[in-house]
Amino acid sequence: MPETSTILDTIKEKLGGKVVETLQFRGDDVVILARQELRESFRFLKDDTRLRFDFLSDITAVDYWKKKEPRFEVVYQLLSLQRRRRLRVRVPVPEDDPTVESLTPLWQGANFLEREVWDLFGITFVDHPDLRRILLYEEFQGHPLRKDYPVNLCQPRVPELKVEGTFVDERSRNKLLRLKHELAQKS
Amino acid sequence: MKAENKELPVEVMELQMGPSHPATHGTIKFNLKLEGEKVLDCDVEVGFLHRGFDKSCEQATWTQVIPYTDRLNYASSLINNVGYALAVEKLIGVETPARCQYIRVIASELARIFDHLTCCGMAASELGAITVGFYMIEARETIMRIVESLTGARLTVTYVRIGGVKHDLSHDFAEQVTQAFKTIRRLLDDCDRLLSRNRIFIDRMSNVGTISREKAISYCLTGPILRSTGVNYDVRKAYPYLVYDQLAFDVPLGTKGDNYDRFVCRIQEIEQSMRIVEQALAQLPVGSVWIDDPRFVLPEKEKVYNSIEGLMHHFKIIMEGIHVPPGETYFAVEGGNGELGFYLVSDGGGRPYRVRVRPPCFIAMGVFHEMIKGYMVADIVPTFGMINMIGGECDR
Repeated sequence: MPETSTILDTIKEKLGGKVVETLQFRGDDVVILARQELRESFRFLKDDTRLRFDFLSDITAVDYWKKKEPRFEVVYQLLSLQRRRRLRVRVPVPEDDPTVESLTPLWQGANFLEREVWDLFGITFVDHPDLRRILLYEEFQGHPLRKDYPVNLCQPRVPELKVEGTFVDERSRNKLLRLKHELAQKS
Repeated sequence: MKAENKELPVEVMELQMGPSHPATHGTIKFNLKLEGEKVLDCDVEVGFLHRGFDKSCEQATWTQVIPYTDRLNYASSLINNVGYALAVEKLIGVETPARCQYIRVIASELARIFDHLTCCGMAASELGAITVGFYMIEARETIMRIVESLTGARLTVTYVRIGGVKHDLSHDFAEQVTQAFKTIRRLLDDCDRLLSRNRIFIDRMSNVGTISREKAISYCLTGPILRSTGVNYDVRKAYPYLVYDQLAFDVPLGTKGDNYDRFVCRIQEIEQSMRIVEQALAQLPVGSVWIDDPRFVLPEKEKVYNSIEGLMHHFKIIMEGIHVPPGETYFAVEGGNGELGFYLVSDGGGRPYRVRVRPPCFIAMGVFHEMIKGYMVADIVPTFGMINMIGGECDR
């Protein structure tokens, strides 16, 4: 398809050294980008009039433990709402420094998606406004979707938390106590 | 000015709504900051139903993942089945026969009707219109009966296989559908009369939970929530898969992006889905529902029990799983709540290396704080209802 190859050519031409590789597989266009100045690369993909990939469909990651170097790959699915085209951007991330620039300033929806990737893979997103665990709980140790995390690993039960500012209706509690007391006295 | 001075100073109250709350049908927690009854800020906590879908899929064979996909959005499990099977078929590079594609379209649209009826019925009954809730559940039951006769199960159907569907339609399927659609149309007419000009319903829904078009795009929203803001993006039209390009249907759009528009979009999509099913049943071609490729299809039972080749063939597929060539792909279908995408990575073995679902309602929960900011606590109920968060899909 001549049209799709022009997209990849445009990206290669404009982003130059940041493009590691472009490839097509089963009709999908894939760009492998270096993680340096990632946000600027995405800003270009989003704003360039020839590309206009203005919709971020998904962010996820893959762990190629002992299979590929660098170990992780963060995968972005982009979409052009006007041109009706998809593009997949893969960003290799090494194990010793798992950080990527956050895309939250470009798409606010990246917030939840990046939190999930951090939660399950332990990849840090620089400049993310609120990088907390999202699917798992704060006390969880490790990142379960890494391939070196055992499937059957059990984690200890977390003690019940005393949450500050919890609203407790003292009147109903007193009433319950009184009722209990009265019952005890009757019997 | 005078009225302003008279107002009492209000203390900011923190309220935790959930995780088990009768109005949030799904396990989710809202940490609210309230000023009186006005919501100042809302922090959504999800993940209570997290059961490690991605990790489980990496342990199973490609076929064994299908029952897991049932448990994602359990209100439209057929769409999840179809989406996953199509993604795997794209990775392999095969296409199913025409009859199978039509059956998959019919199954997806029945599931979509089911999903929308659940969402709208629950949302209406939470606002006090309990009659509408019952009517829609009655309509839903007719679909449930068809799904039951088609697949043998009511909720976790596991109907679609890689390279086909479990079995063909029953001989009286078209008749059942005609009867069911008659009932649904009658019930929806009744619901329309009960709701469309109902002051209470409109007051609760209209101009509540509004989201602008730009914000909807920035927050990666899809499905009825995006379309209610007027953005014409439906995966079935934008990237036609199966035989959707041969069927005539419209994409209902809203204008304001509030709860009422979302409700109307969903109700109109039910009608469009019924149109699609009727056309697909009229055009349904004859033929096989399986691809003719022994690498992916189980042999007939007769061969398994009577010949050693058949038995070995069966054993290899069951124990090793089908072999998917190495590579990665992303395939999206239009789910009940939006773009349901599957990103698959294969290393060439019988088990997936990575299965990722793009969950539309997880992403929609990311915008909830924007939708509810400045509205009342009571507005959380319809706004949350119209997002149609399904715990199984949101938390995986």
